[in-house]
Amino acid sequence: MNTFKQHSILPGFNLALGFTLLYLSLIVLIPLSAAFIRTAELTWPEFWSIVTTPRVVASYRLTFGASFAAACVNVVFGLLVAWVLVRYHFPGKKLVDALVDLPFALPTAVAGIALTALYAGNGWIGQFLEPLGIKVAFTPIGIFVALTFIGLPFVVRTVQPVLEDIESELEEAAATLGANRWQTFTRVIFPVIFPALMTGFALAFARAIGEYGSVIFIAGNMPMISEITPLLIVTKLEQYDYAGATALSVVMLVISFILLLIINLLQWWSRRRSTIT
Amino acid sequence: MTIKTWLTTSLLTASLIISSNVLAEKTLLNVSYDPTRELYQEFNAAFAKHWREKTKETVTIKQSHGGSGKQARSVIDGLEADVVTLALANDINAIAEKSKLLPENWQNRLAFNSTPYTSTIIFLVRKGNPKGIKDWDDLARPGVAVITPNPKTSGGAQWNFLAAWEFGKRHYGEDKAQEFISNIYKNVPVLDSGARGSTTTFVERAVGDVLISWENEAFLALKEYGSDKFEIVIPSLSILAEPPVAVVDKVVDKRGTRQIAEAYLQYLYSEEGQEIVAKHFYRPTNPKVAEKHAGKFPKVELFRIDDAFGGWKNAHKIHFADGGTFDQIYLK
Repeated sequence: MNTFKQHSILPGFNLALGFTLLYLSLIVLIPLSAAFIRTAELTWPEFWSIVTTPRVVASYRLTFGASFAAACVNVVFGLLVAWVLVRYHFPGKKLVDALVDLPFALPTAVAGIALTALYAGNGWIGQFLEPLGIKVAFTPIGIFVALTFIGLPFVVRTVQPVLEDIESELEEAAATLGANRWQTFTRVIFPVIFPALMTGFALAFARAIGEYGSVIFIAGNMPMISEITPLLIVTKLEQYDYAGATALSVVMLVISFILLLIINLLQWWSRRRSTIT
Repeated sequence: MTIKTWLTTSLLTASLIISSNVLAEKTLLNVSYDPTRELYQEFNAAFAKHWREKTKETVTIKQSHGGSGKQARSVIDGLEADVVTLALANDINAIAEKSKLLPENWQNRLAFNSTPYTSTIIFLVRKGNPKGIKDWDDLARPGVAVITPNPKTSGGAQWNFLAAWEFGKRHYGEDKAQEFISNIYKNVPVLDSGARGSTTTFVERAVGDVLISWENEAFLALKEYGSDKFEIVIPSLSILAEPPVAVVDKVVDKRGTRQIAEAYLQYLYSEEGQEIVAKHFYRPTNPKVAEKHAGKFPKVELFRIDDAFGGWKNAHKIHFADGGTFDQIYLK
């Protein structure tokens, strides 16, 4: 017990821990366990056949693939945006800073409708892409665009404070010690922001996996091609197949949990490595 | 859409609770499907007036709209609907089966299988009909883009599917119907989750050559966007769509609204109710009113689902359940 209890100057550890556990149970664990309990109505072979039908497997591939791609793009461009916002001063910076949060606040359905109107064959952007043979709305590319949109703020907002903490003296010191710009970035700055970047990636990725509102408008929702797993879950609910719907959500939960765990381990490992060296 | 329906549903429930406690005024909640919005707005006002004249009581009718299946699920999950007016009998069957809020023989309680108005499925094409679409077999032609919602989530889409299936069966034979329907659905670039969504895709996004649509929805789109942009095409054969209505027994008994809920549905069958129905491009079932508006509705050979598919339960099991003929289209 003693090793478990961390002594702190502030009192109330037991109270705080108790509250945390209660709060997490009420908000997270109980709703999640409801999903598992509903699934328990099924036998194992039933469960397995529901979650491995070709249509469902195609939807996993799309959901996780598009989410992964969108999160990767957001890591690169989110870092760029954060860098610009931290290091440069320009007129209208406050405005740009506020714009970054917009995907947080906008109802996702609105985002979906707006993006569809933009990228459809008769939309502002779509009309120029269509003659080139590029179709965005109603294809998997549209899903990727929507997921990139909703994921951007997660990367920017996690990297920004860390970048702000890096003093530019650090870069100057690296330069005086003979590092070129690339070395300064890869050896000095990147290791410091890497954990934050991974957190941003994990958040954007997790958000994209669960996204429903914006995607259904732009996806086209064709079975085997542009149908995301959350849509299949809703479809099953519409058909009063509660057990089938929860079976799919359990699979999504487990895969997401494993992926997030891997990302956390990676983060932990990189943090340890950067403190040792 | 989802957020909007969810909001209206929860607002409605909240306002119901408040109004039934604070005001002595009677309220009714009519839970309906997507394209009936305009119809019930007008009908509710007419009924409230009729009821005040008859009983001196003031009644407020709240309406809730959304995909038919989703609406049925809300009622099963506890939304206190006094009456349900849904897109297909199967959704009210589901309420009767899963929540026992009304008896399973509900469809025998009102005239015409509890269907005060009917509709059918027709095509909407772009002005001048550039692809020359005349009948169901034109939809299976390569190079024609067809817009229809997903039958897994949309009641209207199930009528579309069944109408196409029956055409295929009659023209190419029982065993070729699956191939025929596969060819049509291979021409579908977008499967929206509801009828309104498909109309938006076709009309606003300019996707597709032909929209398979409710008759009333097609006329509404024509009225709304002008006949200089779209044309209606009547196929040689279509399905008689029967969107049924029912009083939810357990709810009206609990809320003490049975008398008024029953009068509300009866009023749909009255001459005044049927006139409003016809005005919104639904086909009246009252023979006298139907006669009067006969010129408004295109002549088309209609078949009934009970005759062609042996009722909804059967049709659902064969075509729309998991692994049914619809799923098979995409697995080949």
